[in-house]
Amino acid sequence: MYAKGLKSLSIASVVAVAAALALVFFYAPLDADQGFVQKIFYVHVPMAIVALCGFVAGGLMAIKHLRSGDRTWDMRSYVAIHLSIILGVGVLATGAIWAKASWGHWWVWDEPVLVSFLVVFLLYCVYYPLRFSIDDPERQARYSSVFAIAAGAFVPLNFAAVRMAESFTHPRVLSQTGGDLPGQMRLTFLACLLAMALLFVTLWKLELTSKNASMQLKRLRAKLLAEADARAAA
Amino acid sequence: MIGAAVAILRKDLRLELRTKESVPAMSLFTVTCFVLFHFGLDRDSLDGELAAGVLWVTLLLAAVIGVTRLFAAEREQGGIDGLLLAPVDRTALFLAKGTALFVFLLALELVALPSFGLLLLGPDLRDALPELLLVLLLADLGLAAVGALTAALAAEARARELIVPLLLLPLLVPLLIAASQASEPLLRVSPSTEDLGRWLGLLALYDVVFLLLSIAVFDYLLED
Repeated sequence: MYAKGLKSLSIASVVAVAAALALVFFYAPLDADQGFVQKIFYVHVPMAIVALCGFVAGGLMAIKHLRSGDRTWDMRSYVAIHLSIILGVGVLATGAIWAKASWGHWWVWDEPVLVSFLVVFLLYCVYYPLRFSIDDPERQARYSSVFAIAAGAFVPLNFAAVRMAESFTHPRVLSQTGGDLPGQMRLTFLACLLAMALLFVTLWKLELTSKNASMQLKRLRAKLLAEADARAAA
Repeated sequence: MIGAAVAILRKDLRLELRTKESVPAMSLFTVTCFVLFHFGLDRDSLDGELAAGVLWVTLLLAAVIGVTRLFAAEREQGGIDGLLLAPVDRTALFLAKGTALFVFLLALELVALPSFGLLLLGPDLRDALPELLLVLLLADLGLAAVGALTAALAAEARARELIVPLLLLPLLVPLLIAASQASEPLLRVSPSTEDLGRWLGLLALYDVVFLLLSIAVFDYLLED
């Protein structure tokens, strides 16, 4: 049921990623201040935005699960959070590289977005030990959903708090997330964001398809085994 | 519902009064922490940022102990089945457990605050006591809500002693930011109340969000 449209979606995301990379390297102008290093921005920021949206989407799917009692929604929420955590590793790594290149340190505490992202990432890392230390599948789905909802609500609250704490000592002169980008950079950035979002959705669907298939396989195998046992007993 | 919550709360408070398990352990832990900070930082007296940081990190870590023990009696003695079989709204259970944690935290601070003033704090604690108490009260409210939610979330997990701190501490980061930023000017040598309203506002927002959220989702925890 997830495989439908997967092929066209995959093709679309390959095209989008290729086009976005082409724009990054051949179309977008070099940053006057930071030079070539600034290009990591086109990977880092879209990845962070998509990861945060994935976390919040995981929370919304978890609400749907608790409302409807349909466990496929929990599976969707789990896969969304799982992918967002993987992207989160990428966000922190690219963020550190960018910080080293432009400020000379691997980690800076006065960049509120990056700091909030670290806190959110640390919280979501607990999703795995929590989920997999509950044995009963029905209960596992329910507790994971409650976690996903609480953590999803925590994301904006945490961003507000960290930003408030920073803004007192470091007034932010210019925002780096796209508001004041020149035209060509803005277009490239939006293309990268779209490509990253498409990639996320494709991977999400792919993972769900594979999980679904392996569950069906398990079910069929159990059924066959039961039949074989019955035949042997007869 | 309120009646059931009060009954569970009375049971928890009576249990604590008789076994003296959580609050003395938490208090002892905070005093030990202050001693550790004295040697770790190699400072005889603290003020300002450092004082606020040491006080709040210690209080949060002590709260972890209380949260880990919040459902301990029920689990170890099997009382949880009785609670769950009772035809009582889960919200009552949340309110009771949250209030119990709130009371434990207040009792803890009755010990922690004077000993902090005595052992580590440079400026006189009494200078800004009313404002500090207000910060503590609001922070305790948030701690109680998030703590009760976390305790229930981790209740079914196998490694719950591990899950509780890992889950609780990141969730408390906004609370720590607001509480320590609010108390930092209060703990200076010449206390001031700059930005106090702003940080109290953030604390109140945090409390409201997590109280409502916990009440909304608590029904789905501790079912069957």
